[in-house]
Amino acid sequence: MELYNGERPSVFRLLGKYMRKGLYSILTQGPIPTHIAFILDGNRRFAKKHKLPEGGGHKAGFLALLNVLTYCYELGVKYATIYAFSIDNFRRKPHEVQYVMDLMLEKIEGMIMEESIINAYDICVRFVGNLKLLSEPVKTAADKIMRATANNSKCVLLIAVCYTSTDEIVHAVEESSELNSNEVCNNQELEEANATGSSTVIQTENMESYSGIKLVDLEKNTYINPYPDVLIRTSGETRLSNYLLWQTTNCILYSPYALWPEIGLRHVVWSVINFQRHYSYLEKHKEYLK
Amino acid sequence: MDLKPGAGGQRVNRFVDPISYHFLQFLWRTLHLLVSLWYLQVSMVQMIEGFLISSGLVKRYGALDIDKVRYLAIVVDSEEAYQISKVIQLLKWVEDMGVKHLCLYDSKGVLKTNKKTIMESLNNAMPFEEAVEKDVLLDQKQMTVEFASSSDGKEAITRAANVLFMKYLKYAKTGVGKEEPCFTEDQMDEALKAIGYKGPEPDLLLIYGPVRCHLGFSPWRLRYTEMVHMGPLRYMNLGSLKKAIHRFTTVQQNYGT
Repeated sequence: MELYNGERPSVFRLLGKYMRKGLYSILTQGPIPTHIAFILDGNRRFAKKHKLPEGGGHKAGFLALLNVLTYCYELGVKYATIYAFSIDNFRRKPHEVQYVMDLMLEKIEGMIMEESIINAYDICVRFVGNLKLLSEPVKTAADKIMRATANNSKCVLLIAVCYTSTDEIVHAVEESSELNSNEVCNNQELEEANATGSSTVIQTENMESYSGIKLVDLEKNTYINPYPDVLIRTSGETRLSNYLLWQTTNCILYSPYALWPEIGLRHVVWSVINFQRHYSYLEKHKEYLK
Repeated sequence: MDLKPGAGGQRVNRFVDPISYHFLQFLWRTLHLLVSLWYLQVSMVQMIEGFLISSGLVKRYGALDIDKVRYLAIVVDSEEAYQISKVIQLLKWVEDMGVKHLCLYDSKGVLKTNKKTIMESLNNAMPFEEAVEKDVLLDQKQMTVEFASSSDGKEAITRAANVLFMKYLKYAKTGVGKEEPCFTEDQMDEALKAIGYKGPEPDLLLIYGPVRCHLGFSPWRLRYTEMVHMGPLRYMNLGSLKKAIHRFTTVQQNYGT
């Protein structure tokens, strides 16, 4: 399966596709990650390195993204999550933020035009994050592609926009609070809380004993499920930058030195090989934490 | 490392084509053997490099700007954490380097259980809770040591969520607050502090174990933390520790801007 990117397949591309199939038939003798997450780091550095015009790095990054998603879905990875835009990125220069939003809108509209191909490959596209922060045209386009692909189930592409993990955790607390508010059954605890007086002080003695929200409630209300097995952050950076902090408890973190537009099949294959090497260890750790 | 055949993907059916199946299995195991040999070679090079750095033969790592590491966290695989003597040696190196605030984490709480033994072995260290109580966190004379486990991560966040939930219920009952719960990250910070979780976000997190994975360290405290995989605890050496800290001091973060 190859994601459509507007190019007619050449002999070399077909040869590459069959060589990849051979490699996948070896790799699939072991466990394959269900979910791989990506932090697309290094587009601006790539543009600077190759003296590209402004936005050239992001365009090259988009092509790299299509290739990487192709490799993942060919290998049998069902979920792929990409960190497209962080809430922190709004602090960049306005014209840079606008450029990324325009690029996102252009690519989403491109996907809508090729809707029949997205559906033919059975890809479900989901935008996750604080979508209220998106501009109206981007939000409308994102809603449209999500509705159009909602019934697809072979592969899932999660695009994190206007997302940070801490915002996601607070959102999960809000959702859990709203769902649990009907389950308050002990009026005496409420009256004790009211009787303590000050509205600005959090009364820890009463709070600790009430366990309305459970861990499973928060886990159900995070934006991104299932949790990733591997997280790849390019450019050699070793931090998560407020991405998937909740979901990476048992996730292998891989930081190749390549800039995002330079990412290739070898990086995806290497991450899968390392996942297979440590599969038993991480499964045991998951069991322990249950 | 324990290699097991996978359950997913496009596997050759062993009953339909046994020759292809066994051949592919052979290729797969050979691939992993080559990768293991590669990692063995890398480990040997790292050990030699670590020895050279520890001996002071590599001048680059001579002087460390340790003040840049305001808060260091060390994650240890729980099975390896039973090697308490190794953990103590590691902490002594960290103390000698001048680190002032340290958090020790393992998911099962093995290090917490051995807290007394560990603290008694250190020359000039104080438990983090005691430092907070006595309000001497900014005192640079002693190293503070915080012990954490998986119960201080997501479970602590759940307890803080209930603090916020109670506040929401209180306002809902009085009709003063908004209809839908609406919290901020600052309120979450305050709720965590209110139930005793006052540890700050580490600048650097060193992972001692088989995998580069934070194993459940508190998600609320990892936003911009640099994470470095140091390998298994049994192969730890002072040189690798110095190299990791030196590398951290050269990192530039733009925090998303």
